[in-house]
Amino acid sequence: MLNFILKRLAQSGILVLVMSALVFVGMYVVSDPIAVLAGEDFTEEDRRVLAQELGVDKPLIVQYVNFLGNVAKGDFGTSFVYNRPVLDLILERLPATLEVAFMAMFIGLVIGIPLGVYSGLNQKKPTTKAISFMTTVGYSIPNFWQGVLLIMLFAVWLQWLPASGRGDTTEIFGVGWSLFNLDGLSHILLPAMNLAIYKICLQTRLARSGTQEVMYQDYMTFARAKGIGRDRLIRRHLVRNILIPIVTITGLQIGSLIAFATVTETVFSWPGIGKLLLDSIHNSDRPVVVAYLILITLMFVSINFIVDVLYALLDPRIRYT
Amino acid sequence: MSAETTPVDAGTLAQRKSKEPSFAEKFRKAFRGYPSAQIGLIGIIIFVLLAIFAPLIAPQDPYDQMRLDILDGLLPPGSKLGDGTVSLLGTDALGRDIFSAVLYGLRISLVVALVAVIVGSIIGVFMGLLAAMKAGWVETLIMRTVDLKMSFPGILLALMVLAIFGTGVDKVIFALIIGAWASETRLVRAVAMSELKKEYIDSAKLAGLSDMRIMWRYLFPNSISPVLVVLPMSISGAIGTEATLSFLGVGVPITEPSLGLLIANGNDYILSGKWWISIFPGLVLVGLVLCINVVADRLRDHANPYLRGKD
Repeated sequence: MLNFILKRLAQSGILVLVMSALVFVGMYVVSDPIAVLAGEDFTEEDRRVLAQELGVDKPLIVQYVNFLGNVAKGDFGTSFVYNRPVLDLILERLPATLEVAFMAMFIGLVIGIPLGVYSGLNQKKPTTKAISFMTTVGYSIPNFWQGVLLIMLFAVWLQWLPASGRGDTTEIFGVGWSLFNLDGLSHILLPAMNLAIYKICLQTRLARSGTQEVMYQDYMTFARAKGIGRDRLIRRHLVRNILIPIVTITGLQIGSLIAFATVTETVFSWPGIGKLLLDSIHNSDRPVVVAYLILITLMFVSINFIVDVLYALLDPRIRYT
Repeated sequence: MSAETTPVDAGTLAQRKSKEPSFAEKFRKAFRGYPSAQIGLIGIIIFVLLAIFAPLIAPQDPYDQMRLDILDGLLPPGSKLGDGTVSLLGTDALGRDIFSAVLYGLRISLVVALVAVIVGSIIGVFMGLLAAMKAGWVETLIMRTVDLKMSFPGILLALMVLAIFGTGVDKVIFALIIGAWASETRLVRAVAMSELKKEYIDSAKLAGLSDMRIMWRYLFPNSISPVLVVLPMSISGAIGTEATLSFLGVGVPITEPSLGLLIANGNDYILSGKWWISIFPGLVLVGLVLCINVVADRLRDHANPYLRGKD
């Protein structure tokens, strides 16, 4: 087992290195920071000094090694636009993204599982057919367009909820959270709902197929034979058993939630890391883009590593392939 | 003896051949009794025809800046324009007719997605066949790259590519190709691996054919059908991703607006109640993706022998 973990760890490490090199080299070959930063009145001399300050006058390989050295010290460089350390910028906005992602996950579970269990138990009913059609439609509508429709409905026509921004935040442990005051909650509801729609569809489908499978298990028949009431049967015996795969997949979905948050954050002007990435792409703020891409790679590789190790723990066959 | 049987065999062979259903018959059978899939198919045909004949149908050339009149700007659907024509779906801030813009946008969305998926599938199929044929480091390298690609959400990978290389139609297609090939490779390799165990491959090897010839003449035609089944799903996925990227402003340029970019342009006017600029391109986008998905679901279920004859 230890052998397997070490092997996977080494593979993950190499992967992050390769990806960081690709991102770094790609960015530095394609765009020229001097062209972005230099004013129109810059002379050749000014440009040379600027290049020296940024360290971009050295060969690419030297730049990359220097960059890796700095990253190891926790220094991802300084943003061209905000003139602040990139890591601070990203960490500052991370709570906003995590908040909306977890809120979306919560909404997905709370709405999706009951809908799925209902569909699984009542397969022939027209309401089930309607739910099934809604999940197909939900999958077919692009995420950003759902956001536009939510804004149109709840912010423009009904005027119930604000269309953009984060609103008031409550300071807890030095970090601002939207969840603990009314204004913040009203701001987070639409973006979280936007991010949650795909998840609701996914959870509904998972819960439905889980229910259909569990319903005919022997322990369900036995529990029914014992004379357990319908509600208790569903709550204690059915839902508990379908939750295991659902929770596993939900955990795996954290990564995709953070990836799709880039879209939602842009639609709702939500000040998270996804919006930071897109703003930085538009402003050619190279250090931020490089840092974001490398950190997100690190995150995904870590998630995959943990999942691989967990699967290997659960299924010994994987360890030997 | 053999001289006598040969013409008989040829005769039965011809007879048998005529009994084998043609592609069109198989296709019809897959959709018979599924009205939603039929509607989806008709929808796709209409959308494709609209895209092909956009210049003939559109009342205005949305790219021709000279013919746009700023006085016609932001008119609601059904308004009369300055030159006396009626704008069916309203106009945007520049006085551009939304109906015309949507037709041309549909064209760009479809072309970008089709080119990306076709090129991506060709690469994916080739890689899959190669991985199945060549064991050892070639296979390891290809399949590890597939694993790597599959561990990232498509939208993130596309954002990465565009963040590095910049925006434009060619770069969007490139980003979509990178997103498209890997699942095909996995699929084709799995099918090709089981095909490789069959006798006709052994006979081809014994006949002394080269690996490349075996791959193209024997393995390729026998491993291709699962890719054809998932192709519609890949296309609708690519259309959605392209629209998302263009909406975010990192996709197609403003001079070649796809449906996603049209929605983004209209998005700025939503808060002031000018809903038509964003809604109509969005409806077309959703309609197109929905039609393709319904057909794709049907094809997938039809190809799955476990589901055939059920539901």
